[in-house]
Amino acid sequence: MQASSGDALEVVRPGLLTTVQDLGRIGYQRYGVPNSGAIDRAALRAANLLLDNEEGCAGLEATAEGPMLRALVDLVVAIVGADMQPLVDGQPVECGTAIGIRSGQILELQRARRGLRAYLAVAGGIDVPVILGSRSTCLPAAFGGFLGRTLQEGDRLQTGLVERSPAVLIGRRLPSGWLEPMGDILTVRVILGPQEDHFTPEGIRTFLSESYCITPQMDRVGARLQGPAIAHRSGADIISDSTPLGAIQVASDGQPMILLADRQTTGGYAKIAVVVQEDIGRLGQAAPGQVVRFCRVSLPEAYAALRAYQERFDALRRTWQSLPDKRASYRLRLGAGSYRVDVEGGRGTYRVHLEGVERTSEHADAQ
Amino acid sequence: MSIRFLDGGESCLVVELGEAINVALNRQVRALDLALEQARMEGVLEAVPTYRSLAIYYDPLIVGRDALWQQVGRLYDSLGAQDDRTPQVVEIPTVYGGEYGPDLEFVARYSGLSPEEVIRLHSEPFYHVYMLGFVAGFPYLGDLAERLAVPRLSTPRLKVPGGSVGIGGKQTGIYPIESPGGWRIIGRTSLRLFDPSSEVPTPILPGDMVRFVPIAPHVYAGE
Repeated sequence: MQASSGDALEVVRPGLLTTVQDLGRIGYQRYGVPNSGAIDRAALRAANLLLDNEEGCAGLEATAEGPMLRALVDLVVAIVGADMQPLVDGQPVECGTAIGIRSGQILELQRARRGLRAYLAVAGGIDVPVILGSRSTCLPAAFGGFLGRTLQEGDRLQTGLVERSPAVLIGRRLPSGWLEPMGDILTVRVILGPQEDHFTPEGIRTFLSESYCITPQMDRVGARLQGPAIAHRSGADIISDSTPLGAIQVASDGQPMILLADRQTTGGYAKIAVVVQEDIGRLGQAAPGQVVRFCRVSLPEAYAALRAYQERFDALRRTWQSLPDKRASYRLRLGAGSYRVDVEGGRGTYRVHLEGVERTSEHADAQ
Repeated sequence: MSIRFLDGGESCLVVELGEAINVALNRQVRALDLALEQARMEGVLEAVPTYRSLAIYYDPLIVGRDALWQQVGRLYDSLGAQDDRTPQVVEIPTVYGGEYGPDLEFVARYSGLSPEEVIRLHSEPFYHVYMLGFVAGFPYLGDLAERLAVPRLSTPRLKVPGGSVGIGGKQTGIYPIESPGGWRIIGRTSLRLFDPSSEVPTPILPGDMVRFVPIAPHVYAGE
């Protein structure tokens, strides 16, 4: 799927912070290499599914203010996540749909008016070299993605080969419920630990009952929060250990910091809790000023939530897999004969035409 | 010694083997890491060995926490002392002082030694590599000579060149890539500590021994 098809997109204006990301780099934290990958994984997965891509195909992650891109070939794209009021040649197009773009047209993502990070998937996926098992940009170590950096004006991106005809994809739409707006207060589910015993019972009560505000100190490494101080038993320091995605570390000032995709792989602050994986993406859509509350869940509850989350993606994939192309022709070979089968319809109702019998040339010639 | 299992969220199991920084405990972590790698358990995605614990990342839709817990407990119980990989000695050719080590003079003055003595004390030991972390390829090294301990810069430098060898508090280390940093920089190595084009992207691995080898500036510059 990832054989290159030549330059497909040119960056006219890069936006605030636009990088190539897939679902991240697994297996290299032991060398100090962060996972990286999309902060809102659900958004990238959904955008890819809209286009019949593999869920883990690389796309663009735009932050707060999106890029302006010129199509160098005909493309099908989908934008999921923050609403950056996308335009094609100045005309509004919808988020959460598969959009056809002609060679020469300009796709513009503007300032986010809801959410923070938008994901642009392209049919075939963004094709950059796979480095340490992933196409994700690792900004702290400056490798991966497009030359290890954020996109800049004049960059040209390639896409993988597209297997589906654009006509099949264009117009597809995410079911309702996939683009829910964020409320005034964001409730984030957490599992306590691994070092909750470094905090006083009062400190844990504070953490679970008070509100915390996301500060402007937030990036792909982590998000610093501000609120009532969380009390440690005897200091914030631990013997440095591994820092899971979504870990909430509390420094000596009692303020929590949530670690995200480009975090350091080890850290020396006690971690009071870890955000459940599904909620990390929601958190990644929160802008500075957003109020966050933490809600404790048990491990079995987290597993049940994770299964339900996975089933939503499975259902989404089936939505389109179960439908044949709205109108398609197949060639059916039976013995030496060949039939043209026209299929029309969808959602369980198909009309099938069998047309004519042609002699296949290979068999005829062989005789 | 009893071990503790801690949850780091729904897909990370932290196996804590003790509460100290010492080479024997760290070797046990390495041994468990190696045993886990050889066991090739289904659903285990990656493991991160640190000073005294092993973080095991897993897919809970494939293997549940309790099942993993039991399997890892059995691995730990059957660990032998010989299970650790034989450590390699990695030599770090280092130019001390001058433009490559702007803080060598400070360290000498602070510790009441001559720059030559600082170099000798720093390049003498074999440093145990406890783990890699912080940034890609950064080795956490053990046991700096006590006389060389110096406070960090009060204002960190915005840019420390990749390869810089520094001292911060009681620790010594090498900055693999250009980054901000508050350590006192006493030298620089031309050895590349992080190469993402290689499947094993770091020449130094947890459990290895590191030794700094003083070289002349023209050797570094490749003349």
